[in-house]
This record gives sequence, C-alpha cells and structure tokens, in this order.
Amino acid sequence: MIHRTEPLWWLLFAAGGSAAAVLAPVLILLTGIAAPAGWFPQAFPYEHVRALVSHPVTRLVLFGVIVLSFFHWAHRFRYTLAEGLALKRAWLPVAVVCYAAAIAGTVSAAVVILKL
Amino acid sequence: MRAYSRPTEFNWWLTNRTYFFFVVRELTSVLIAAYMVFLLVLLRRLAAGPEAYAAYLRFLGSPGMLLFHLVALAAALYHSITWFRLAPMAITLRVRGRRVPGATVVAANYAAWLVVSLVVAWIVLRS
Amino acid sequence: MMMAEQTVAERTITLEVFRYRPEQESEPTFQTYEIPYREDWVVLDALNYIKDSVDGSLTYRWSCRMGVCGSCGMMVNGVPKLTCSTFLKDYYPRPIRIEPLANFPVARDLAIVLDDFMAKLVHVRPWIIRRQEEPLEAGEYRQTPEELDRYKHFSMCINCMLCYAACPIYGLEPEFVGPAAVALAQRYNLDSRDQGGRERMGILSTHEGIWACTLVGECTTVCPAEVDPAAAIQQAKLASALGWLRRVLVPWGNK
Repeated sequence: MIHRTEPLWWLLFAAGGSAAAVLAPVLILLTGIAAPAGWFPQAFPYEHVRALVSHPVTRLVLFGVIVLSFFHWAHRFRYTLAEGLALKRAWLPVAVVCYAAAIAGTVSAAVVILKL
Repeated sequence: MRAYSRPTEFNWWLTNRTYFFFVVRELTSVLIAAYMVFLLVLLRRLAAGPEAYAAYLRFLGSPGMLLFHLVALAAALYHSITWFRLAPMAITLRVRGRRVPGATVVAANYAAWLVVSLVVAWIVLRS
Repeated sequence: MMMAEQTVAERTITLEVFRYRPEQESEPTFQTYEIPYREDWVVLDALNYIKDSVDGSLTYRWSCRMGVCGSCGMMVNGVPKLTCSTFLKDYYPRPIRIEPLANFPVARDLAIVLDDFMAKLVHVRPWIIRRQEEPLEAGEYRQTPEELDRYKHFSMCINCMLCYAACPIYGLEPEFVGPAAVALAQRYNLDSRDQGGRERMGILSTHEGIWACTLVGECTTVCPAEVDPAAAIQQAKLASALGWLRRVLVPWGNK
C-alpha cells in the first residue's frame, strides 16, 4: 500500500524540501536567535508579533512550511533509517510510523494555527 | 566456480567521506522538523497571551536553546545549499528549443531564496 | 627501503592487487607487485605489465584502452574508475590498491559477474516501442536536432558499471534496477520516436525501480561519459509523480 502511494510521499517530500530550503534559515534566525537574544527589540513585543501572525496569509504560509517540513522529514528519515541501519526495502513499519508522526504533526499544527 | 560475494557492511556510511556527508545531509531534515515543533510551540504561546509569550522567549534565550538554534541554522543552510544544487536536476527547462544550463537554474533558486528571506525579514522587523 | 630519491630509470611503484582464485582459495587475498613507474602509464598499463612480465595468472577485463568500451572498470584506492583512463602519476609515489568493482560478485581476481546488470539493461525495454507502426512507404521516423538533444546525453552510456559500484543503494539492495538502466530507459522515454513511456513507467515506478534511489549522486560523479544518471532518475520520479497526480485528480481523464 505504501509502495503504490510512493509518488504522493515523494511529492510531499519535494514540496517540503523546497519550502524549508527557502524559508527555514530566515525563520530560525528570527525566532530562534534574533528574538530571544534581544536584537531588533522594536520587532518582537507581543502585540506586534501577535498582529503579524494573525494575518490569514501569514497563517497559511506558516501552516504550509511547518506541515511540509514534517512530511519532508518523514520521507527522508524513513529512507535514512532503512539505509543507515541496512533494513531491507525501507521496511514497512518504519514508513508507517514516520508518516503517522507527520500526520499527527499536521493535525497539531492545524489546531494551533486555527486558534491564533 | 564459486563467485565471491562482498556484501555492503553495516558501517558503509562511516567508511567514506562522501557517503558520510550524504547521511549528514539527510539528517538535516530532523533538525529542521525539530525547529518547526519549537515554532509551533511559539505560536501556541502567542495565542495564550503576553506572559506565556514572554516566558517562552526567556526559555529560548537559555544557552541550550540558543545552541540548538545555531545547530539548526547550520543544518538548514546545508539543506538549502545542497537542495538548490540537486533539486534542479529533476527538471529540464527548455527555452526556445535549447536546454537551460544547470547553473542558471541554480542561480535562480539562490535569487529566490535571497528575495524571500529579505521579504520575510522586512515584514517581521519593520515596526 | 632507505634510498635517496630514485633515479628516473629505476623509479618503481607498488600495486596491491585483489586476487581470488576459486579453485585454490575460498577467501580473496591481496598480492603486492613492485613494478617500473612510467609517467605516461595508466593503471591498465601497469596491470598489462604485471600480466606480461611478472605474473601471467592475473585475470582482468580490458579492450579499447581509450575509455569508450566500458570493459576495464575497477576500484582504484576505493574509487570506481576506468583503469585505462587513470594515470599512475596521480598516485605516485604512494601504493595503489586495485580491487574488482564494488557491489558485484567476483568471478576471479579483478573480473566481476555482470549477469545482474545485463538482465537489468534488458528489463527496462531499451528499444523504440511503438503503439502504432507506420507503414514502410511512410519512410523513416524523422527527428530534429532539438529532439535528439533531449535524450542524447543519456545515450552516451558505455555500460561500464562504475555507477553501480558507486551506488550504496545498489550495495544494500541488489534488486535496485540501478542508475545506468534508468538512464537508458529515459533515453528511450525522451526519444520522440518512442511511444513506450507508459510501459516503461510501470517498470520504473516500483520500489526496486526509481523509488529506491535517495539521490546520493555518486553515480553521476563517477560516470566517465557524462551521462548524469542521477538526473535521469529524478526526472523519472517527477514524471511518475505528475502522472500519479493526474490520475488521482482527474480520474475520468483517459490517457
């Protein structure tokens, strides 16, 4: 069943890889380093960020890059485990666990972003 | 006559520099996904109110979390560089009957990356 | 050997060569040969010198000695190379280790068993497939230079199998159809005279086909003919994925 849907997982992987390639570095820099380190103090007070993030386009983009990154991870990690641990044929349980985790992440992301 | 078989060893990716960096490249997806989880938590704290948000920012400022984000940033950059180099090989663009050279597509990817990064930074940082 | 720098006439180089003689041993060994070093020699010249003057029992394949037949592929210091195109001077004065191509069973010494590769080449239907043959009177299937250009680089494969030796996936999963076979399939898929894309996609879009590949990319790096098999595989993945999307989103569309 996983094999017949392989093109789907690959498309999600490719979309996730592209989205992460373009957006991840700047997002990590902003939310993980600039904000907590206190750079650009005018940019990160609560009201400003809250307003920024509640815009529907922002929510859509954030949902997209987060969810696609989860599926990108799932597909890539599934194959890395199969190769790195020399499991034969990207062993089915590994694949199921990875994609299930990505789907769970998608549901969480939807819940969080809808509540913004 | 018996042919001699040399199966791939368990540590195949540790014995060769190129294979090792291939596995590193694949594992960047783990760090990027981990960052996305922290980002989701940030969004949740934002919805919860200013005290929750401020407390989370303090948590992000701890040495451990800053270190994680630096490593995640390095992973994301390595992912981007290798992605822009490799992803274009899936597409053969033809303009007026001639194949677009790979270098052009790669350059276009980098340009798009730069533009998007600057746009996002500008949107967030202007006040 | 505590000599001062060797004179040109007496310069030598050491080759550590993989030996496997199934009639006398069950495990392979390495045999060391010290041979004259010539700046213009390639590894194949060194092997021929050994066979002619030192040890006639050494077994290996070679033919054109100019990089077009694909016969002389071996591992040189752990890297798949055509020995007719690999110069001693790039390694001198250090010893050179020569082994049969990785990921293949060894028949004898440096000669591998290539039945699996041959079977895979045939498996991907590497010929023009027509749904509808034109009558003889209609003449040749004509093709413009632009149409030729679309697949020409995939047709340059010399079947040397260096890409199979370089691919860790082929090493881990011997059922993987492999880089050269997919490149050859793409050569026909992209040929304007061919109508067999659907049939080949059924063969390629399987787990032992293109989906086993995770773009390590070493196949393209070692290819001596600039075929770029990694690109062929990624293009096949994209074509398969787009075809899948079309079938899922437009199920009534009949093509």
